[in-house]
Amino acid sequence: MNDLRELYQEVILDHSKHPKNYHKMEDATHVAEGYNPLCGDHFNLYLKVEDGIIKDVSFLGAGCAISKASASIMTSIIKGKSIEDAEKIFQNFHSLVTGKIDKNFDINSLGKLAVFSGVSEYPVRVKCATLAWHTLINALKNKPGITSTE
Amino acid sequence: MNNTDLKNIKHQKSLDVYKIREDFPILETLVRGKPLVYLDNSATTQKPRCVIERMTRYYELENANVHRGVHRLSEIASQEYENAREVVREFLNAESVEEIIFVRGTTEAINLVANTFGKSFIKEGDEIIISEMEHHSNIVPWQILCEEKKAKLKIIPFNDKGELILSEFEKLISDKTKFVSIVHISNSLGTINPVKKIIDIAHHYEIPVLIDGAQSIMHTEIDVQDLGCDFFVFSGHKLFGPTGIGILYGKKNILEKLPPYQGGGDMIKSVTFEKTIYNDLPWKFEAGTPNIVGAIGLSEAIKYVKSIGYESITVYENELLEYATNRLKQIPSLRIIGEASTKGPIISFIIENIHPHDIGTILDFEGIAIRTGHHCTQPVMKHFNIPATARASFTFYNTKEEIDKLVEGIQKVIKVFS
Ligand SMILES: Cc1ncc(COP(=O)(O)O)c(C=O)c1O
Repeated sequence: MNDLRELYQEVILDHSKHPKNYHKMEDATHVAEGYNPLCGDHFNLYLKVEDGIIKDVSFLGAGCAISKASASIMTSIIKGKSIEDAEKIFQNFHSLVTGKIDKNFDINSLGKLAVFSGVSEYPVRVKCATLAWHTLINALKNKPGITSTE
Repeated sequence: MNNTDLKNIKHQKSLDVYKIREDFPILETLVRGKPLVYLDNSATTQKPRCVIERMTRYYELENANVHRGVHRLSEIASQEYENAREVVREFLNAESVEEIIFVRGTTEAINLVANTFGKSFIKEGDEIIISEMEHHSNIVPWQILCEEKKAKLKIIPFNDKGELILSEFEKLISDKTKFVSIVHISNSLGTINPVKKIIDIAHHYEIPVLIDGAQSIMHTEIDVQDLGCDFFVFSGHKLFGPTGIGILYGKKNILEKLPPYQGGGDMIKSVTFEKTIYNDLPWKFEAGTPNIVGAIGLSEAIKYVKSIGYESITVYENELLEYATNRLKQIPSLRIIGEASTKGPIISFIIENIHPHDIGTILDFEGIAIRTGHHCTQPVMKHFNIPATARASFTFYNTKEEIDKLVEGIQKVIKVFS
């Protein structure tokens, strides 16, 4: 890949500049903190889960364009989904950004997440793209402490 | 013409950067289809052909273990290894080769001193002074020691320009202070610290000082006797030499008082199950088969740097630093982190609303290699309340055209995010 637009797609730039669901949630049922010590990306993730459904989700923090856009897009995608579905989406997303996606897999089924396919060519940026998701999984498991990429 | 005149002529010789670049094969390569612009010299430097060839020749014609065989190759290998030590001694102007210990790098050298000095001389309640701008490798070994011995780590702060506050240093000194360990040139701020002054102050109270020369070694001539430091440490890979080799210089009278660091072959004179007699300096601290080719490669690198000469290197690098600083300052949303009055050719910067990682990745598309992150100096980042910086670091093979490319690249970054 030699075109930087393949990595920094408009959708990614838009979400990083104007992130969705970017606020604190006072009545969250699950809260988790994600941190990438290598680059200092640092997010708080807030969830409201009822009957196994993610009713609401938001985040707040600082990070690079890839990590911020990923967090923003993640929140808009998992809102209203069941925990099970969210985990399934993460698995596919993880395969996508690590370049391990099955050839026959229809990338378009990932919706907006497909814009992160370019990340697979930048191994050091995979952590940026997955930080919010790892934090989500830990939040859902109510794992204490900070989710770190290291 | 007398000697002084000859010397002056030599010093005035300016550096031919285009000719120098031909010595570095990697500088001719393309990265992402673009000519490599390598501005990450603080992380590691590129290697000149003479170093690469010297190391190849060793493996092709001279390879054997050292100090162990009576056969011809072992004799050659041992000789070359010890010759390398002499090259380093002369380079640092150490009094004797006994003071030159081959280690893996700066990190291992500091660990060696923290371990051995710590074991013998640090006890509960003692204090060790470092600074706020140290690399993690000059923080963590002392922290480990302090935890073990219930000693205390004291920190010299720096001001917002990135200059150590020396008056605070003097205030920290007490009769509990047993060691001072300070970086010569900061890898994240570029600050050149007044190490000679620091050493003088510490010595006034008879406190030994270690100087972390990881960054200074490629930019300035080091004379350990003139500096007066008790320890000076650096890594070969930041001096155009190979990775895995570094130097611990220590004053003989102190090294002699230290216990061994690791046990094994080479560091002993005789071993019985009852008692082992340790080897003399410097081998006492070199247990096991050393990085022979590394030492030989490093000595070749030193010869190469000397052939260019530190005088011309410093003049040229200052020009690069000034040119780059001026050009970067013209970018309104860019802020330079580290504006000490004396700096090495290292510029850390941040750009409003753009994360350093994104800067690094987009510059990479242009074939420009810079470093982004906290540069193993998290306390420095904390001081400025930033998660990371982008850092361009120059050396004598960089050009003003490369700096222009960096500036163009940064303008492109800003455009992508505007
Ligand atoms: C100031 C400083 N100290 C210590 C080190 C550690 O050097 P090494 O990783 O070669 O042991 C570095 C290298 O990044 C450095 O810049």
